[in-house]
Amino acid sequence: MAASNPTVFLLTVNGQIEGANFPEYDNLYCKYCFVYGHDWAPTSGLEEGITQITCKGSQSSNKLIWNFPLETTFKSTNPSGWPQLVVSVYGPDVFGNDVVRGYGATHIPFTPGQHSKTIPMFVPEPTWRLQKFTSWLLGRRPEYTDPKAVAQGEGREVTRVRSQGFVNVSFHIMTKDMKKLGYDTGPSSPANTQSVTSGWSTEDQ
Amino acid sequence: MASSGDIREKLRKKRRALKETLKNRDEDDVQALVPSTKMSKGKLQTTIKEPETSEEDPGETLKRTFRTQRERKKRLLEQSSYQQHEEGGLEEISSVQHRSEDEESADQAGEKSAVLSRPPTGSLKGRSSKILHSPGSQHLDDLVTRRLQEKLNAARSKGESLQEQEAPLEPPSRLQGLRDRDTVTRFDREFDLDRARRHDDPLTLGPRIKFREAEKRTEKDLPTSEEAFNFFTFNFEPEPQDGAQKLGRKRHKQKKTVEVDQGEEGEEEGEEEAEDKEVVGEGEDNQDENENQDEEAPLVQDEGEDLFVIEQSSHDFLEMKKAEYVGYRQLVQRESELLFTPSFRTVPTSIKLPENMKPRYLEDEGLYVGERPPVSLTNENILENRILKMEEGKKWFGDDGRIMALPDPIKESSTRPPLFNMEDDLDPALQTVYRKAIKSKYANLYIAGAADPEGDYQLDVDVSGLIFSHHPLFSREHVLGARLAQLYDQYLTRQRNNLTGHLTDKLHGLRSALRNMLNIHGGQSLSQAMQRRISEYSLEVRNTRQLRDSEQEKDRTLLKNIVKMWKDMKALRDFQKYTNTPYKLYLRRENVDRATDEREYEEEILAEIVEWEAESEEDYQRKLAEYKEQLEEWKLWRRKQKAKKKKRKKKKKGQSQDDTEEEDEDREASESEGPVEEGPSKPEPPEKPELDSIEQQVREKASRIRRKPGESVLIPELSASGNITATELCPRAETARREDVTRHSLFTKILYNDKEVSRTDSRSLNTDFRVHFGQIFNLKIVNCPQSINLQVFEEIGSSCSLLAQVFIPVPEPSVLAGNAPVEEFEFSSNQRVMFDHEGVGSDVPLSFEADGSDRQTLLTSGKLSCCVSWGVGDDDVPLAPHVLQQGKHSGLARFDPVTYIGASGLYDMKKIGEWATQSRLDPNDPKNAAIMQLLKVASSGEVTAPEYFRLEQLQEEFNFVTDEELERSKRFRLLRLRNQEVAEFRNYKCVPALEREVTDKVFQDYEKRLKEGEIIDTNEHLDSHRALVAKYLQKIRESVIHRFILAKHHYLLSDLVIEEEIPSIGILGLNLFKLAEPKRPLKPQRKERKKVTAQNLSDGDIKLLINILRAYDVPVRRPQINILGQTSQGAIQGSDWLCNQVQVRPFVEVSFQRTVLQTTTADGPNPCWNEELQLPFSAPNGDYSAASLQSVKDEVFINIFDEMVYETGVNDKDKGKSIHSRVEKHWLGSVKIPFSTIYSQSRIDGTFKVNTPAVLLGYSKERSHGPTSGYDILRGLSDGAFITLFITIEPQLVPGETIREKFDSQEDERLLQASEKFEREAAQGYPDRPCITTIIDLNGKTVFITRYIRPLNPPQELLDEFPNNPQEATALVARFVSLIPSLPDRVSFSGVCDLWSTCDQFLTLLAGDEEEHAVLLCNYFLSMGKKAWLIIGTAIPEGPTAYVLTYEQSRYLIWNPSSGQFYGQYDTFCPLQTVGCLVNADNVWFNIQEYTSPMTMSFDIAKAQLWKPFFSRSFSHPGLSSVQPEELVYRRTVRAAAVELQDRIEKILKERIMEWRPRHPTRWNRYCTTTLKQFLPKLELRGGRDVAEGHRHELQSLLGDNKITGFPLNLPFSEIRPIVEAVYSTGVHNVHASNVEFALAVYVHPYPNNVLSVWVYLASMMRT
Repeated sequence: MAASNPTVFLLTVNGQIEGANFPEYDNLYCKYCFVYGHDWAPTSGLEEGITQITCKGSQSSNKLIWNFPLETTFKSTNPSGWPQLVVSVYGPDVFGNDVVRGYGATHIPFTPGQHSKTIPMFVPEPTWRLQKFTSWLLGRRPEYTDPKAVAQGEGREVTRVRSQGFVNVSFHIMTKDMKKLGYDTGPSSPANTQSVTSGWSTEDQ
Repeated sequence: MASSGDIREKLRKKRRALKETLKNRDEDDVQALVPSTKMSKGKLQTTIKEPETSEEDPGETLKRTFRTQRERKKRLLEQSSYQQHEEGGLEEISSVQHRSEDEESADQAGEKSAVLSRPPTGSLKGRSSKILHSPGSQHLDDLVTRRLQEKLNAARSKGESLQEQEAPLEPPSRLQGLRDRDTVTRFDREFDLDRARRHDDPLTLGPRIKFREAEKRTEKDLPTSEEAFNFFTFNFEPEPQDGAQKLGRKRHKQKKTVEVDQGEEGEEEGEEEAEDKEVVGEGEDNQDENENQDEEAPLVQDEGEDLFVIEQSSHDFLEMKKAEYVGYRQLVQRESELLFTPSFRTVPTSIKLPENMKPRYLEDEGLYVGERPPVSLTNENILENRILKMEEGKKWFGDDGRIMALPDPIKESSTRPPLFNMEDDLDPALQTVYRKAIKSKYANLYIAGAADPEGDYQLDVDVSGLIFSHHPLFSREHVLGARLAQLYDQYLTRQRNNLTGHLTDKLHGLRSALRNMLNIHGGQSLSQAMQRRISEYSLEVRNTRQLRDSEQEKDRTLLKNIVKMWKDMKALRDFQKYTNTPYKLYLRRENVDRATDEREYEEEILAEIVEWEAESEEDYQRKLAEYKEQLEEWKLWRRKQKAKKKKRKKKKKGQSQDDTEEEDEDREASESEGPVEEGPSKPEPPEKPELDSIEQQVREKASRIRRKPGESVLIPELSASGNITATELCPRAETARREDVTRHSLFTKILYNDKEVSRTDSRSLNTDFRVHFGQIFNLKIVNCPQSINLQVFEEIGSSCSLLAQVFIPVPEPSVLAGNAPVEEFEFSSNQRVMFDHEGVGSDVPLSFEADGSDRQTLLTSGKLSCCVSWGVGDDDVPLAPHVLQQGKHSGLARFDPVTYIGASGLYDMKKIGEWATQSRLDPNDPKNAAIMQLLKVASSGEVTAPEYFRLEQLQEEFNFVTDEELERSKRFRLLRLRNQEVAEFRNYKCVPALEREVTDKVFQDYEKRLKEGEIIDTNEHLDSHRALVAKYLQKIRESVIHRFILAKHHYLLSDLVIEEEIPSIGILGLNLFKLAEPKRPLKPQRKERKKVTAQNLSDGDIKLLINILRAYDVPVRRPQINILGQTSQGAIQGSDWLCNQVQVRPFVEVSFQRTVLQTTTADGPNPCWNEELQLPFSAPNGDYSAASLQSVKDEVFINIFDEMVYETGVNDKDKGKSIHSRVEKHWLGSVKIPFSTIYSQSRIDGTFKVNTPAVLLGYSKERSHGPTSGYDILRGLSDGAFITLFITIEPQLVPGETIREKFDSQEDERLLQASEKFEREAAQGYPDRPCITTIIDLNGKTVFITRYIRPLNPPQELLDEFPNNPQEATALVARFVSLIPSLPDRVSFSGVCDLWSTCDQFLTLLAGDEEEHAVLLCNYFLSMGKKAWLIIGTAIPEGPTAYVLTYEQSRYLIWNPSSGQFYGQYDTFCPLQTVGCLVNADNVWFNIQEYTSPMTMSFDIAKAQLWKPFFSRSFSHPGLSSVQPEELVYRRTVRAAAVELQDRIEKILKERIMEWRPRHPTRWNRYCTTTLKQFLPKLELRGGRDVAEGHRHELQSLLGDNKITGFPLNLPFSEIRPIVEAVYSTGVHNVHASNVEFALAVYVHPYPNNVLSVWVYLASMMRT
């Protein structure tokens, strides 16, 4: 591969879904997936995953810890449709039915380096009160037909949601060849990016 | 010194007090703090408490550590004791310890055992003795110390018991409160102490002093925390009361040591505690609560230790060292080296600036300097001092010598994002700090002295009333009346001013003066000055006259208008026959003396004429002079020109001959151009004025603007004395208006500085639209008046609305209550009001002309009369403020232009400019930029505001690339096309990052498609008409797809969110019932599977499951005998043959997407296979999206074959029995089901009629020999084979969504709503019955369904065919309809959006869905005089579809429009399964019967309990016109074209068949072909019905001993591809015998309007 004339740039996402803060709920697990545009293709790593079920410890206040690693590399030609991480959290309700506890999405950070994000989560609301009651009773809460809907703005105006908890995610981002293709997203300190990319490119060559 | 008991008591008290305060404080704190802190603290506490509660082990370890520490200390003491001083201070020892502790921490206690063995009491003594004395006097000291120790112990236990008593008194909440205390700062304890002290009673003065001392010590940098701890925790031993006097001195010293020792102990404890304290935070206070655990136990143990440890060591030394006391001054000095205390004093500017620089004030230089954030001067000084101390501190200072500061960044609205306080670790810097609000300088504008009691100012607002000049409730007469009144007012004003009179007088005066002047100097030569004066006079006369004329004209028009208005009004009153307004106009006539009048008139005219003449003469003279001048000039110029020309001519002669022509031209050009360019044109001489016409003009003018001589003077007088017609006599609309008027009432709010201060009473609106308030409000004011605003509100019933607001200028201080005139302020409102009664409304065009011309739009408007003035006090002191008197503009008006110039003045540039200069607006403040710009534009006059308005003037700067570049770049094009969701690029993956990588290939398909728009591909379509149609269809398709794509971006809640429906009782009951269901039922039923969205699918994931169950009435082989022509014996041999012959061995072959699978072979005409076949499915381009799947055009062919095994011969080698057999398969019939149907239905289950060819050579259709009586025809109709199938897709795919976009419609809104309701009710009651009332036409508009039904003529040829047999004709018409190719909408429009085309569109397109077929057929039947309805229902395999129902000969027939077949109502094989509703031209009936199957229901639509009509008595048919054309026009199909097509099809098919047999030669039997060709027209003639017998014989006789298998196929013609597919699916080409020959005949029968029926006869022959 001619490293001097790259045709794609790479974006490596390492990190983990560290945990969540859902003050009212326990025994939750989390599903994640990436949503990205047409010009993106994952080259390695898992695109989707599901974490273990975590219950709150007696010590650590309200936190649910998953520490679920994310490791994916994307290849792309076009920054449009930059990948987004979509997380959805599920857990049992009072009656033991598995219901959704939150949806959330965040863009993968653009800049190389370490980032940590707190994703506010929300769930769709039942359309009316009786529905709310029955959904509670039957454990069939309204859910998004596709969790990926939270990564796009289209059509969201028809839903009503309730906010619910937070998920903490940490990212370690590396990019390759972005600058060569003319996309400068690096942080203000060039040395940092330089080292990251050069390290990679030597390995590549 | 107070006794120790006292001290203890006091201490305790104090502690309690302190606790109290602390508790209070803590509670406060807790409230103030974030709750999370509380939680964590509690937790921390529990963790720390743990070791304490589990007493034993930790206690033990603690003890040990204490011991070791103590030992270490002991050694230290031993060492230091030698150099000890008597006065060894506390601080010294402690400091020593501090220092040594760290060093010794590594040491381990070596003498542990020794330490342990010592008697405990010795420790104190030993130590103290060593401190105090030489080791010799140990014994005595021993005694003393022991006693002391005992006392100490006793006192301690006493104290503890006291504390124990004390403890239960304390409320438990205190504990809580204390625990929750803030942990962070220990320093604030001192603060707490201070506070506690404040609450101390005077009794505790002593300790207070002590505290003070302690404090002082703290200030001296002493290790005070330990001390303080001791102070609080230890119960000081009282002085031994029985102590001997001789010991007094010693004791004194000893006491000191005890203190020291205890200090040490305490220190140790303190250290211990301090560790706890760091976290726990309660410190000493907490110990009270935890008495037993915290205090007693460790102390006792300590005690024990003391007893054990210290006494025994023989080397108990103390290291003594001289106290290092650092004096205060020294300390200060030392500190000053390190510390810096910035002073409060102002720093002189010179220091802050670079040397030799003068401060420079930018503000003075005219630059804008923002407002600095408020910082107190002290702080600023401190900061400056601090900064100056730093190196390069000066860079922090600006040129003006102040610290550089940005403008106050505080915004009025909050811009900070909300903080998530989920953790307790909220940065303290982010915590909210309360700060007192600062009053802005605007709010500060109190009138000086207003705070004083005597300085009360009063503003009197007198709201006297308002008059409407227009009100929405005005009747037309009111409008006129108002206008009349207005005109009359104008008239009166004019009269009062009497401008005309003045001007006339002036004119007379001037004239006489002029005349005098001329008379005096008459004849004499006039001096220069006199002449000038005369001319001045005459000019004046002229001007005055003109003015007077215009005034006179105005007067006259005004008068005329008044009269006209009055006439209008009278006419209106006459017309409407009632009077609304009291206006009455009198015209008073003042007769004049005719003679004098005439004389005056004539005189006037004469004078005027003379003047005119003089003027015009003068004018003429002047012009003449001008002319002459110009003429001179011109002549001069001309002469010059001529001279020039001559020169040029001379020059030319010198030049060569060649040039002459050019030059000539040049010259001519120059000649012609010359004068135009440079010189003035020749002036025209002025015309001489015509004196005759002057008189005429003057007279004309006079008659126009002046009263005729002798005419009486008219003086209008308007009075409001007329009678208003009583309400009872008025028509209803007027009554309504009047009632409405009475309902209206008005009131006024008075807003002072935008705050409502008062409001008037609500007064009802009078009929004359005047409201009288007459209220005076006295406003006592404190704030500067900035604005006074009166808001007029209109109240109708209980609702009130703001009508208008009037800004009233703040009065001058001199305007006092007595002398202020009432002023009228105009107001208006642009509210739009409309009424349905006589009220004209507001903002509504209104016309008084009969023809509606001259429309006017009147707005609500009126005048508010009010008066604002400063009040006058009791003693006639004006209550106006002085500030205002000093100068109105200085203070208040500075900041608000509205106050200063009033709202209306804002449009007056001058006023704004004035205000701007007066208020000294900072022109550089960006806030004022707009107004400055405005002023600049206004004042300069030259700088005009741009006349255009640019929306995005920075657009170009923000353009990503230029448009050309965007066009040129292939990459951008690709991206754009993808974004537009162009089909080719919709899901294009990975657009290359670089331009050069985008190949042109990408666009090839797309461009080709674009080009194809113009070129007709005749190859594909074989028929130009069809190609055109295909293109047209393509266009519609594109537009529909476009709409579909748009609609896809509209989301409903159900698209995004899955939400369970609320279960009804019924469903709940069912669910309960389900619980009781057997787990494994004996008769399993198919259950719904989980649906899969098509996103994660790839090739091979989807399979088509085809379950072939059984077939009925498969054609059986005809015995060979028949071939030999012994048909006559067939009947005899029949039974015999039946028994021993194999009738047929059918198997089923399924082919889909060129994958072929087959079942096993079964036996007999009613075989049962019960096999499941799995066919893989691959979507086009691997695109598994719903839209793509919907547009799959592939069809599933289910062919029934007969397997024939021929024994080719027995191989006799080795006498073995190896028999060679040849297997042949003969096609018997097929069923084809489009994939799109399967996809949209998700499963297909039922029995289908097998399409058997009309003629099946070698086979006969055996009947099941059931009772054939009864309905003969019906049985006959259901001839043919049937096959039972179950088809589905695995996994189940979610069928595409229908477009729910609400299409626009021309239907009545009421109708649409009704239809929506009808459909909704139908769907609720009977969810499985399709109900359609509105449909979408090709233009995308919603149309009511009945509009599609209208009798339409079928082609006349068809009717002529069977003039006597209506049944045949009906069948033919049905066949004609069925021959129009069927093209499902969902295939052509890639989404389930059902578009209905009208019949003419359908016949033009020659392609359509079942609905179109059904509509056409229904319309034909109607025109043929049948009773026909459209059935909306579901059928197999189509799913939701439309059939036609006819009522003939007292029975109902159901027609399948796409096959042309009909079924009786009771036909079991009728494909129609569900009947949803019936439609005809008048109505729609929905099926509300119990059953849906045609067999079990009644079609009698008159029965209301069975059929629910759409149009009923409550909602009658509104007479909807049909969308169908009046009549259908058919084109005759050209026979020749059909023949040509026929040839081409034949050719193509032959080629294809040869292609399919690549390894075998394909021979064509020409003889057979021609024979077959002859049969085809006959078949067509019979409509494809059974002609087998005769035909077969004929064929057999012709072909002799050839074994022939074959069949004719009949297809409607649309394209070549389906024909090829159909031929392929029969598998005729698969015969691989070497001697096989083929025959292929094609016949195309033309029907009117290019409907073509294609017959393909395919046969294979083998010579036997």
